Amino acid sequence: MSRLSIETPDKAQTVLSGLYRDMGRRISASQPGLCPVDMSLNFLRLCHAQTCGKCVPCRVGLGQLAVLIEHVLDRTATLETVDLIERTARVIADSADCAIGFEAANMVLSGVQGFREDYEEHVLHGRCICGLSHPVPCVSTCPAHVDIPGYIALVREGRYEDAVRLIRKDNPFPAVCAYVCEHPCEAQCRRRMVDDSVNICGLKRFAVDHSPDLPAPNRAPDTGKTVAVIGGGPGGLTAAYYLSLMGHTVTVYEQRPKLGGMLRYGIPDYRLPQQVLDRDINHILSAGVQVHTGVSVGQDISMEEIQRQYDAVYIAIGAHTDKKLGLEGEDTKNVLSAVELLRDVGEGRAPDFTGKRVCVVGGGNVSMDATRTALRLGAEQVTCVYRRRVEDMTALGEEIEEAMAEGCQILPLQAPARIEADSQGKVAALWTRPQLIGAYGRDGRPKPGDAAEQEFRIPCDYVIVAIGQAIEAKPFEPVGVSTVRGAIQADLTSAVPGVDNVFAGGDAVSGPATVIRAVAAGKVAAANIDSYLGFEHKIRCLVDIPPAHLTSTPPCGRVNLKNRHLTDYRGSFELLKQGMTPEEAAQESSRCLRCDHFGYGIFKGGRSTEW
Amino acid sequence: MVTLTIDGKTVRVPQGTTILEAARTADIRIPHLCYLKGLNEIAACRVCCVEVEGERAMVTACNNPVQEGMVVRTNSPRARATRRVNVELILSQHDCKCATCVRSGNCQLQDTANDLGILEVPYETQLPQGLRMAWTTTYPLYHDYNKCIKCMRCVQVCDKVQSLNIWDVAGTGSRTNIDVSGNRVIKDSDCALCGQCITHCPTGGLRERDDTQRAFAALADPDKVTVVQVAPAVRAAWGEALGLPRELATMGRIAACLRRLGFQYIFDTTFTADLTIMEEGSELLRRLKDGQLERWPMFTSCCPGWVRFLKGQYPQLTGQLSTAKSPQQMFGSVAKSWLAQKLGVEPERIFCVSIMPCVAKKAESELPTMATAQGPDVDLVLTTREFARMVRSDKLTPALLPEEPLDDPMGVSSGAGVIFGATGGVMEAALRTASYLLTGANPDPEAFTAVRVGPGLREATYDLAGTSLRCAVVSGLGNTRRLLERLLAGKVHYDFVEVMACPGGCVGGGGQPIDKEDRELGSTRGDQLYQLDRKAPLRFSHENPQVQALYREYLGQPLSHLSEQLLHTDHKGWNMPGEA
Repeated sequence: MSRLSIETPDKAQTVLSGLYRDMGRRISASQPGLCPVDMSLNFLRLCHAQTCGKCVPCRVGLGQLAVLIEHVLDRTATLETVDLIERTARVIADSADCAIGFEAANMVLSGVQGFREDYEEHVLHGRCICGLSHPVPCVSTCPAHVDIPGYIALVREGRYEDAVRLIRKDNPFPAVCAYVCEHPCEAQCRRRMVDDSVNICGLKRFAVDHSPDLPAPNRAPDTGKTVAVIGGGPGGLTAAYYLSLMGHTVTVYEQRPKLGGMLRYGIPDYRLPQQVLDRDINHILSAGVQVHTGVSVGQDISMEEIQRQYDAVYIAIGAHTDKKLGLEGEDTKNVLSAVELLRDVGEGRAPDFTGKRVCVVGGGNVSMDATRTALRLGAEQVTCVYRRRVEDMTALGEEIEEAMAEGCQILPLQAPARIEADSQGKVAALWTRPQLIGAYGRDGRPKPGDAAEQEFRIPCDYVIVAIGQAIEAKPFEPVGVSTVRGAIQADLTSAVPGVDNVFAGGDAVSGPATVIRAVAAGKVAAANIDSYLGFEHKIRCLVDIPPAHLTSTPPCGRVNLKNRHLTDYRGSFELLKQGMTPEEAAQESSRCLRCDHFGYGIFKGGRSTEW
Repeated sequence: MVTLTIDGKTVRVPQGTTILEAARTADIRIPHLCYLKGLNEIAACRVCCVEVEGERAMVTACNNPVQEGMVVRTNSPRARATRRVNVELILSQHDCKCATCVRSGNCQLQDTANDLGILEVPYETQLPQGLRMAWTTTYPLYHDYNKCIKCMRCVQVCDKVQSLNIWDVAGTGSRTNIDVSGNRVIKDSDCALCGQCITHCPTGGLRERDDTQRAFAALADPDKVTVVQVAPAVRAAWGEALGLPRELATMGRIAACLRRLGFQYIFDTTFTADLTIMEEGSELLRRLKDGQLERWPMFTSCCPGWVRFLKGQYPQLTGQLSTAKSPQQMFGSVAKSWLAQKLGVEPERIFCVSIMPCVAKKAESELPTMATAQGPDVDLVLTTREFARMVRSDKLTPALLPEEPLDDPMGVSSGAGVIFGATGGVMEAALRTASYLLTGANPDPEAFTAVRVGPGLREATYDLAGTSLRCAVVSGLGNTRRLLERLLAGKVHYDFVEVMACPGGCVGGGGQPIDKEDRELGSTRGDQLYQLDRKAPLRFSHENPQVQALYREYLGQPLSHLSEQLLHTDHKGWNMPGEA
């Protein structure tokens, strides 16, 4: 008999491990609108199956909690039952011997507290509060509700023009979004239950890259109404496009020399080439939108005058001013804001960082753009300094990985302390305080705190601050537009409360967000401004959608876009990401499960053909 | 055209045809439960699954179009197994006590399960219990959660045809069921009670409140004088529920059945349909003369589903309804006044029953505005289906019964009254009499047939003695909503609009027999009514001698004080749920 042997998982364990992965994917692909009480019950059951059976609260308590929640769903409970669930869960959370028990109870507890009204509705009326507002997961999670299964089916058929036409019904920036959309649609793609989400964004890019430029559809007859749009970014231009198609006379006021807003002045060319942006803008302008560039509202023309001159006004100014660190030495020469840097590059006034060492402060997407741009401007060394851990950065994982792959350094857990200047008043170093990651805060993220370590000096020539943007709302205040915590106040219909014909949306209202959110806000504004002007124009697209294939394809890997690989990124702002090959696009589009046809889609209408 | 093979048979059908319909052209029947052509092609029950060569999984025949060269097998071992297990699963969540089910013998699930020879279900029965299966017992519409198979047809009919969105999917997971939308209960909803959900239900999931036992109780009560009226549309449909050929299912045999059931006086609602024409026609001419129809038209008021719809959805237009009561309610009023006097009985002793193609009529008869100190004008409303159940209950064989006459005086009617049961009929009858009232001469009774057939909405303008009358006829509440929206937007102008809540009018009513084959029988039944009209000795409501007698002996003339009191109503005298 040997004293020890090497342990290998048996067959059952191997299969089970695979099921854990499948279940994890499946849970994260849950469609919006599920009943939180039923989900809680079944999470709890899963937890209970994990119990070792030793301690009472976990072995018995979790089971009893499940029985009680079952009563709630069966409408055999009273409001006291909900109290009993809460009391019991609290004791289990307090007294179970290990995390299997106390964390399970904590999940129930956060549910009873977080969605008690759902529990109560079940008890009192036997109903769920939640409900599916849109039955197709990708369409419902896309802020602009683009008909995704529709255009993927068109790509599969090789009908790229029609695919782009269909996208433009809900989003006049198909090309831009094909390159830089954060694609929230993919997060809950039902294909994740099979293998992985469909590469929706990549297929859109294939459609856009293979479709010729198309003129805008015919405008509705002239209404005689005039609308001013302040801000020529994605939100403003979306509203302008649809309002113009509806027959209104639309004028866009843009303070920069060119249209595009953050798309032109915030997103670097290696992610979004300017000619791609121009394709969308030219299409939008072909709908008859008038443009005044280089006009700053508040300086060149007053808001009062605009409000007087036009029947309706949409404020979509975005968030273009930078936030300050509030550090000692921040006004030292060569301290730049990321917004400023990216704007200068966009306008062709790129600084030369050749041979310089650059520190970027911040962990969001703008910080990654600044980091990678600094490298392309010739910097010898670029260090991104962030006070939390890499996994806490808000930038997309892909952006962080690419920045690192290109040779940028990420220095986590360093909080900027002060900026040291040299004798000429230029940046000499960034001093940071090492951080210790700690307890979770209210936002659900672990909070950093000062570590018991010495301050750290990072010698550098430039410091770029990328810790968020703010808006400049002063020029709009005279007509009654108000701001709270730096955001313009507007309701969910885009109307500015108390100001009759003024609407607002996009980053200026929501705070810095994504292109597709700005587009969605512009779409909402267009619809509501049209109603405000007394019309009910419909935006529709008459492209017919190919019928779904009878059954779905078996599990198949997702096609990801590849980056061009360069030995040195310095000086190159060329597009990095390569589109799919026709072979890849054909395979990838066949992975779509057509939730517009299968499942709830065909019952509740998988498609809205107009809005 | 697409060529495919189904069960070894070569089939050629137009592109876009579903597998199920393609099979049907080749006389191959694929069982199905949720499928309702054009309305519910959602592949929910999975009973129509077939095997398609080259496809990984089973394919539903109801909602997938055929493809060139497709090879379909409807009875392969895999197709058989799929069908059987899915039906067994449906049965495991279905209350299978068929002996006490109103749809036994006329149930698509029962047929499907029987045909498959399912003698036992291998799964545990899972039925909601307690409050989860509770439904009001007093409301005219009854939903049985335990018989509902969640086919979603009711949701679709209500959403797509009637535009009221009363039903929706509710609950979660295996507790998913069909319930009133928006977490409401039915009594608080704006349900029009059209009953289309019932007539499109494949099982006993939906039915009317059963009032047959109350009817038998009244018949057994020696103190009650039972008076029964039969609505026009009932005669065109009742035979379907009893397996009676159309030519035998006459009004005379209805009378024979009712007499054997024990009803003392057997009358016809068409009598008060004629009376309605006198009142409503006169009201129309008065309103027209008074300039009350310049902005909005006058709406007919005989359909209680429509009245509920209007009050629930567009209460601002309630004043445009004709104040005339519906024929059912006029009948009740006249029965408990003029008739009571003629028979020499106290109105309280008269028990007035009506047999209607309608569920909303039950609610109408219970309105506070439809009663006097002597009680409700109409005591009990039975649907055509309930009437058929009473006939079956007494083991009557209508085919063997002679045709019998109705009683006097309220059994006399005109063809104009008969066509009330079909969409456009009220309009046509009213125009016949209005024309007479304006010109003093009868028009050609076929002069107004343009309003009879056609799409959901028909429009016609008639010149009546120099008065131009813009008319519109609409049936189905979705069509009605579209008409009202156009009206409110100022896109159309009419003087007189007839609305029937059910598609095709009362012949397609929610209280009519349910066709197991899912055929829409409204137009067949409507044709029958128009045939009766054509053959009728009287074609004009104003020529009904008993209506003339009623005015002569009792009411005086249309719109007289007594007429107003007995035959007209205040539509604002009651509220729909949620109506201020």
